[in-house]
Amino acid sequence: MNIENLVKMANDIGNFFNAEPDRSVAIHGIADHIRRFWDPRMRKAIIAHHREGGIGLSELPRAAVAELADETVSLKESGDG
Amino acid sequence: MALRDNDFGTPPSQSDKLVTLEIDGFSVTVPEGTSVLRAAASIGIQIPKLCATDSLEPFGSCRLCLVQIEGGRGLPASCTTPVAEGMKVCTQNERLAKVRRGVMELYISDHPLDCLTCSANGNCELQDMAGAVGLREVRYGYEGENHLKAEKDTSNPYFAFDPAKCIVCSRCVRACEEVQGTFALTLDGRGFDSKVSPGQNQAFMESECVSCGACVQACPTATLMEKSVIEKGQPEHSIVTTCAYCGVGCSFKAEMKGAEVVRMVPNQDGHANHGHSCVKGRFAFGYATHKDRITTPMIRKSINDPWQVVSWEEAINYAASEFKRIQAQYGRYSVGALTSSRCTNEETYLVQKLVRAAFGNNNVDTCARVCHSPTGYGLKQTLGESAGTQTFDSVMKADVIMVIGANPTDGHPVFGSMMKRRIREGAKLIVADPRDIDLVRSAHVKADYHLKLRPGTNVALINALAHVIVTEGLSNDAFALERCETASYEKWKSFVSEERNSPEASESVTGVPPATVRAAARLYATGGNAAIYYGLGVTEHSQGSTTVIGIANLAMATGNIGREGVGVNPLRGQNNVQGSCDMGSFPHEFPGYRHVSDFETRAQFESAWGVTLESEPGLRIPNMFGAALDGSFKGLYCEGEDIAQSDPDTQHVHAALRAMECVVVQDLFLNETAKFAHVFLPGASFLEKNGTFTNAERRISPVRKVMPPLAGYEDWEVTQLLSNALGYPMNYSHPSEIMDEIARLVPTFTGVSFAKLDELGSVQWPCNEKAPIGTPTMHIDQFVRGKGRFMLTEYVPTQERTSSRYPLILTTGRILSQYNVGAQTRRTMNSVWHSEDRLEIHPHDAEQRGIKDGDWVGIKSRSGETVLRATLTERVQPGVVYTTFHFPESGANVITTDNSDWATNCPEYKVTAVQVTKVSGPSEWQRRYQEFSEEQLALLEQRTSATG
Repeated sequence: MNIENLVKMANDIGNFFNAEPDRSVAIHGIADHIRRFWDPRMRKAIIAHHREGGIGLSELPRAAVAELADETVSLKESGDG
Repeated sequence: MALRDNDFGTPPSQSDKLVTLEIDGFSVTVPEGTSVLRAAASIGIQIPKLCATDSLEPFGSCRLCLVQIEGGRGLPASCTTPVAEGMKVCTQNERLAKVRRGVMELYISDHPLDCLTCSANGNCELQDMAGAVGLREVRYGYEGENHLKAEKDTSNPYFAFDPAKCIVCSRCVRACEEVQGTFALTLDGRGFDSKVSPGQNQAFMESECVSCGACVQACPTATLMEKSVIEKGQPEHSIVTTCAYCGVGCSFKAEMKGAEVVRMVPNQDGHANHGHSCVKGRFAFGYATHKDRITTPMIRKSINDPWQVVSWEEAINYAASEFKRIQAQYGRYSVGALTSSRCTNEETYLVQKLVRAAFGNNNVDTCARVCHSPTGYGLKQTLGESAGTQTFDSVMKADVIMVIGANPTDGHPVFGSMMKRRIREGAKLIVADPRDIDLVRSAHVKADYHLKLRPGTNVALINALAHVIVTEGLSNDAFALERCETASYEKWKSFVSEERNSPEASESVTGVPPATVRAAARLYATGGNAAIYYGLGVTEHSQGSTTVIGIANLAMATGNIGREGVGVNPLRGQNNVQGSCDMGSFPHEFPGYRHVSDFETRAQFESAWGVTLESEPGLRIPNMFGAALDGSFKGLYCEGEDIAQSDPDTQHVHAALRAMECVVVQDLFLNETAKFAHVFLPGASFLEKNGTFTNAERRISPVRKVMPPLAGYEDWEVTQLLSNALGYPMNYSHPSEIMDEIARLVPTFTGVSFAKLDELGSVQWPCNEKAPIGTPTMHIDQFVRGKGRFMLTEYVPTQERTSSRYPLILTTGRILSQYNVGAQTRRTMNSVWHSEDRLEIHPHDAEQRGIKDGDWVGIKSRSGETVLRATLTERVQPGVVYTTFHFPESGANVITTDNSDWATNCPEYKVTAVQVTKVSGPSEWQRRYQEFSEEQLALLEQRTSATG
């Protein structure tokens, strides 16, 4: 997946949750949105990007992707049949 | 079904008070305010009439419906005489008969006596009345002055106007005014010179007529007659079905001769349209039998090969083998499917079932992705249900109507007419739109406030409206505190009260004068029942979901939800947008809007379908394109959708389609997407299949087969064949069985069945044990989610910014005569009204660029460039240009960007920064498109059969 596009998508989600005064609520909201709406290969790609430094990710989406990365939920491998 | 409806002569009275009278010795009890004519008809006594019909207010001009009332003077017209308690009416006696015969004699003396060759023969009210009154002679010859040589007007492609046959009953004029609200017809002249006149004594096509057909419907003679009836003769039977165009979902009677449709007549009993129609549903059905229809399956290895005509079995087996090969090679998640809002509920349900059960993943999406997906998200989050809250009829109880980013008179014309009727009755109107849409000012309609905002600033405007309502103490705190989450309400009030959200602070963003915003907010909050109607001008933005949330916030804060006359009303673009979403065609939800990760829901579907289901969301349409380009998505089954034309950033979409190894298109025509396909499965038009559509008011209506499928199969059967070939068995024998399965699995559909639809005509979901005949108004006592939830709606400017290179904002929309990608309407005479997409540009911007009306102009964005002809108009504001997207060669989506809604990825069609310059030839993309398209059409022409 085009990582620039995924970063933009994550930041767009972050922009909505920026209005939330409670930072932890905002971060959880972003993570939950990504968890509920992104195909696993997209989540896998953004987590991998985050682990490589997460260039381009804004503060809240960065924290949200970190939350996703920390999860023990095993993501389905895409393309593995 | 009977061809002719019972005509009661005048509309029903809405009074609860009953009145008893006597007609011809029979006692009858009817609501107060009912006409004597209608009261008589209600007990089967047909008083002769010509100018009266029950879709129009009484007029009292023809003098045929005269009656005698005991104790009364003279012979009053029964259509304009209301019933009274104890009244005694005589409808037939010698005196009345003599007067009626005299009246008819005068009518017939100026009417051609060509009944046997007349197109209305057998279905002519004048003919019927002549028989009813016992007319046996006409004493006045044709030597005197008459109208028999009046010139026929055949300018309209769908109906003819023959003034020689006109009896000047004014039904057409009144239908144009009362039903359609266009006021295109007048009665010109007086006395003998009176005649029906379109516009200023113009031909129909030169007048303001919008060809809705209301006048034709109302005409009692052959004066206004469908050309199809003139050509083919009167129909012999009819079948009630549902229109396949916009989200109003009008009910029609398909009037037939054998298996041929003679005409489509709006159904008087239709719950969404009440006997009205528009130019598309009424007349533009010819595409169903157009010569471009492909009725045989085809396959090819490469898109550079000619098509090979094969049997259904071979095509299905080939498609299935390709999907299996791709999954074996690239993995289970490498294939998916798209369904469409043009498909029935049952078809959509089967496609998503095929994906989840046969493909074993959740890669299914629908074109609602690119129109109203933000509605689904925003309303679910705030109110708890992904649907509009009202009936269409609810608008007739609205005191204030706020239209945001919608153009009902073009996009939802039948509802637009109803809305205009309510406005003529006195409802106030607020329009928020960058353009001067017709509702801003048209015949007898004028917006009280036009919030002419800059494209892309909806959220700032909604916040400013909310700021006024909260800071001026206009909110309905009692409602909000009782019905909504208190903490979320308080937080929202605090947010919108911030000075940065005031109309004054946001003027620099929206361009709307603060005083106008304040006045509109006060009207919405305090003007009585206030209803919001919105369309794609709200959803197709990078903040589409935020605006939907903001609209729900406004309704909750003012208590404008949960009863008739108010509510949040998304105007869905296509006929089955609501249904396609309900049926689980989004990659994260099962039917009934339940997330795939929900264990209980998944277990229910696993048990019913006998398979293990995937718990992770699948790819959305734009994600499928991205995955195709990175090599992880290789196969697509696309039913009824034309992504190559309708989706944004065309070059990106085309590249993605080229990157796939198997594209299967199921459609009526070789549409733009099919030009990239490897398998073509012929589809069936709405006239060729059974099923249901669900309109914008959650109304499930029957779609009924009026002719056999031209290619042999209904679309649901094709999906079933494919699923079986993939190894997942489906064994439905009729779509009613599919609906039965839906009813077993979807809590809001448990009471729905084809038998119930036959009984009731249509039903609005939720339809279940709690609401066995459906739910017209939602959220009455409590919200579906329990407490309503306010959410914060920070305005975030779109990343699509103007610059010195791209100084103008392009926004897109639709036009009355064409529909979506135009695949249907372009193959009808509707193109007479709109034969090309044009660029609307303000005269000031045009002058700066040396552009004159009709010039070819290049429109260049950061994504691409295309060329259209310019129309200079002040409908658009300076700095904004506008176009439609109905013609593939226009390439409107070559210039739109890949920006999308933050929550749903709905594309931002409505905001693209562009430069416009005068040019002399097509763009490079258009040249390449034309070349590719011609190659593909040549490959279609070269198609060969399997036997050579």
